[in-house]
Amino acid sequence: MNQRIDTRGLSCPLPVVAVRNKLLEMKKGILEVLVDTGTSKDNITRMATNTDWKVEVKEEGEEYLLTISK
Amino acid sequence: MLKEFFSSRKYIIFTGIFIGISAAFLQKLGNPANMGVCVACMVRDIAGALGLHRAEVVQYIRPEIIGFVLGSLIAALMFKEFKPRAGSAPLIRFVLGFLAMIGALVFLGCPWRTLLRLAGGDGNALFGLVGLVVGIWIGIFFIKVGYNLGRNQKTYPMVGWIMPVIMAGLFLLLIFRPQLPSGVVFFSSKGPGAQHAPVLIALVITLAIGFFAQRTRFCTVGAIRDVILIKDTYLFTGVISLLLAALVSNLILKQFHPGFQGQPIAHTNQLWNFGGMVLAGLAFTLAGGCPGRQLFLSGEGDADAAVFVLGMIAGAGFAHNFATASSSEGPGLWGPASVIVGLIICLIIGFSMSDLRQRRKET
Repeated sequence: MNQRIDTRGLSCPLPVVAVRNKLLEMKKGILEVLVDTGTSKDNITRMATNTDWKVEVKEEGEEYLLTISK
Repeated sequence: MLKEFFSSRKYIIFTGIFIGISAAFLQKLGNPANMGVCVACMVRDIAGALGLHRAEVVQYIRPEIIGFVLGSLIAALMFKEFKPRAGSAPLIRFVLGFLAMIGALVFLGCPWRTLLRLAGGDGNALFGLVGLVVGIWIGIFFIKVGYNLGRNQKTYPMVGWIMPVIMAGLFLLLIFRPQLPSGVVFFSSKGPGAQHAPVLIALVITLAIGFFAQRTRFCTVGAIRDVILIKDTYLFTGVISLLLAALVSNLILKQFHPGFQGQPIAHTNQLWNFGGMVLAGLAFTLAGGCPGRQLFLSGEGDADAAVFVLGMIAGAGFAHNFATASSSEGPGLWGPASVIVGLIICLIIGFSMSDLRQRRKET
């Protein structure tokens, strides 16, 4: 079972901070993140890519599911 | 494809340069010195025009604010990012907007104008900038210990339209200038409020700024916050681009006058230049972004950001009515006291809405 974080409804910068803390703790593995704004999607993708994680973005209606892996 | 194009580093740099050059040109075209675009000052002028304060020299419906919100709305609609949402501690956001404005008007400028004042050679702005960084740093402390205003909720489309409609209403007041028995709508006949670029040019330029800023998520407070908090320089490159572009434009347009004394719409009381911006920086960080960003968010349907903007308007009215706003002579009678009270309120908000409260309960 992959780990999952739901950042929907949280205001900036809480989504990216929550995901960053989780990634620092995990070190490797797969993390799924539910996101509801383009801003958070961009912030999280940029932060994860900069720290050598791979990010896949799937649009689900008005939300996004990011699958972050290393 | 176009979506990725806008979130690349190139475009945050482009947006910063565009804002910097636009600000310098808007000054050349009539806006007050070092105030080509200033969210705090311009919201304050709007509050004055509506009669919420009676400082006769700062009353004008600034089309720049209208352009920011509507430009962001257009971008959000085009790129399917208009997402009406509300309900994340709106009253706290109102208070934060109010206090951010109190602090900004003690310094005499928002984070955008801090950069523009520096780009115009105003050395006093350095103290404001240091204050801003300190305020953001205190805000980051709270974010690190779990500060959270709670989740917002998806809501009805009409909620997201309220701010754009208010802006359209302001535009009508600006164009038709109705005169009511009370004297509103007020338009300054002297002072900074009487200095303005042609309405249509200002509107078109700021519609473009709103559009680009919505796409790139431009935010001056986020820029400093992200460098310290998550070691991300994306927004920061945009802010540096703004500063350099405004500086170069000012040099070319002969608007660069280095010094401390006699700077336009500024004072030399460095303690309160610093203190005012500590308060503003902290309030903006606790609310999630600089005043420009709050306008752009309110354009894309974020009703909590819109409440923050309404708090800024109320704060501007209060600041002039209760003599907390500074003038070029120095801080107002109640300026220093208002900064201290504002800081205490922000600290209470930061403390009571984070895990610190929980930890204290447990021990």
